[in-house]
Amino acid sequence: MLRLPTFTYHRPKTAAEAVAIASEHGKQAMYVAGGTDLYPNMKRRHQTPTQVISLQDVPGLHAVEVLPDGRTAIGAMVTLTELEKHPHLLQHYPGFAHAVREISTPLLRNMGTIGGNLLLDTRCSYYDQGHEWRESIDFCMKKDGAICWVAPGSPRCWAVQSSDTVPVVCAMEADVELVGNAGTRTQKAGDLYRDDGIQYLTKKPEELLTRLVLPAPGTWKASYLKLRRRDTFDFPILGVGVCLWFEGGIITKANIRLGGAGSYAIPASDSEKLLVGQKLTDELIAAAGAAAMKPARTMDNTDQDVYWRKKVAPVFVARALEACK
Amino acid sequence: MTEPKKVLATFQVNGEPHEVAFLPHKTLLEVLREEMNLTGTKHGCELGECGACTVQIDGKPILSCLMLAVDAVGKDVRTVEGLANGAELSQLQHAFADLGAAQCGYCTPGILMTADALLAENASPTRDEIKQCLAGNLCRCTGSLTIFEAVELAAARCRGEKAEPSKESIYGS
Ligand SMILES: Cc1cc2nc3c(=O)[nH]c(=O)nc-3n(C[C@H](O)[C@H](O)[C@H](O)COP(=O)(O)OP(=O)(O)OC[C@H]3O[C@@H](n4cnc5c(N)ncnc54)[C@H](O)[C@@H]3O)c2cc1C
Ligand code: SF4
Ligand code: FES
Ligand code: FES
Repeated sequence: MLRLPTFTYHRPKTAAEAVAIASEHGKQAMYVAGGTDLYPNMKRRHQTPTQVISLQDVPGLHAVEVLPDGRTAIGAMVTLTELEKHPHLLQHYPGFAHAVREISTPLLRNMGTIGGNLLLDTRCSYYDQGHEWRESIDFCMKKDGAICWVAPGSPRCWAVQSSDTVPVVCAMEADVELVGNAGTRTQKAGDLYRDDGIQYLTKKPEELLTRLVLPAPGTWKASYLKLRRRDTFDFPILGVGVCLWFEGGIITKANIRLGGAGSYAIPASDSEKLLVGQKLTDELIAAAGAAAMKPARTMDNTDQDVYWRKKVAPVFVARALEACK
Repeated sequence: MTEPKKVLATFQVNGEPHEVAFLPHKTLLEVLREEMNLTGTKHGCELGECGACTVQIDGKPILSCLMLAVDAVGKDVRTVEGLANGAELSQLQHAFADLGAAQCGYCTPGILMTADALLAENASPTRDEIKQCLAGNLCRCTGSLTIFEAVELAAARCRGEKAEPSKESIYGS
């Protein structure tokens, strides 16, 4: 059997208590929500916290709530299954609900949470392997080793942003709420991430994600399109999140984020520029799609051929834009 | 680090209390198989990638390889051993036997637990709903078709219909 390493398990009753335990133990501590990312990683010894802090008893993290200003706040511990079936989300946030439904499998979605999905570890074919496998190549920079096998001359790790909700949540300019030692703060979800396979988050390790806040429904539309080998189980090897704001049929703002194509959800800035001030015609969709080839910085560290993945980025961006029509 | 100590807890499994001592970092899969001798639940990948370890917690199918046993204390745990009523197989088990929907049988306990939860929620699932529901349970042998047919057959029988497996399903076309 592939077993978990030993650790001390905490089930704090408040957010403050959770943050205090995490602060006390520093790098030795990690939060756990559904455990569907953390426990496989611990079994393969990628992540080896000696203190695991479960958030299941922390109040205020388990509900979906429509705020008085029309925004929708989703508690970090809400499961993906609850979200994909939630009538309010299906009606007003179909792009987001679709991204949730594309994650993993029904069994994993019964366990996995939105908080864990937003903070999912980055992935790489040289890293997501058992301990013996990794030992046989003398490990890599992300954990226990010195070099990067994907880009041996590179000073950094290129592990891939692999959450399905991150690209669309960033495109929608949703907010996240974090609780730390200095109290609660809110920031744009997009600012949570950093272009680095190892230090992929900007938040402090002890900061607890409490809520994801989606913008109020309005004259905007969002979509998500995922590429993977099988229609189930597989992580995205390309995930396009799009959000377009319209005024009288004219696009006033456009956000396109490419997941599975780099260590964070990369903006397709040239495509965005082409769209603003225009009507979403078929010609414009094709042109904006074509302009997404350059930012898709695919590396040879996921499933499928690296050049093919880059080549299909324009096709997927065009299809995701089409879905916003 | 101090050596972890065993905890003593009572689990409610298939309607019966089981008092066991176990280390707090053990998964529910480990405790079911190794402490309670309930080996009907299988271990495959132990990483969430196969579904062989599926059990129901408060009626919901989940992966016991990724859940800590301590988190199952106080919940209603149901495993494949709890499907039959004494010597009487459940409709789902009957249908799997009638259709030969198990070959090596390794995936079967997990598939039964997932499908059982579906039928509890939806008495007339469509083929597509059955496929979607079982999208997290891999089967290496059957090609899955007889499994889908068995779930349909069981659903029909649970609705009180006098359904029999089609000849094609058993003998091929
Ligand atoms: C076989 C398999 C296939 C998968 N396929 C996909 C897929 O296709 N797409 C996809 O996006 N994901 C996939 N996943 C990953 C995972 O199941 C999901 O991303 C899930 O949503 C993670 O949520 P969780 O609650 O289980 O996270 P956990 O494992 O509990 O946590 C994940 C990380 O977030 C941290 N964390 C969790 N909650 C908080 C919080 N509130 N505050 C601070 N830190 C927190 C943890 O410390 C940990 O580092 C897959 C996993 C498996 C095993
Ligand atoms: S990108 Fe390089 S350093 Fe990062 S996980 Fe892969 S091989 Fe390791
Ligand atoms: S053993 Fe749990 S999913 Fe494979
Ligand atoms: S019957 Fe052998 S794996 Fe399904």
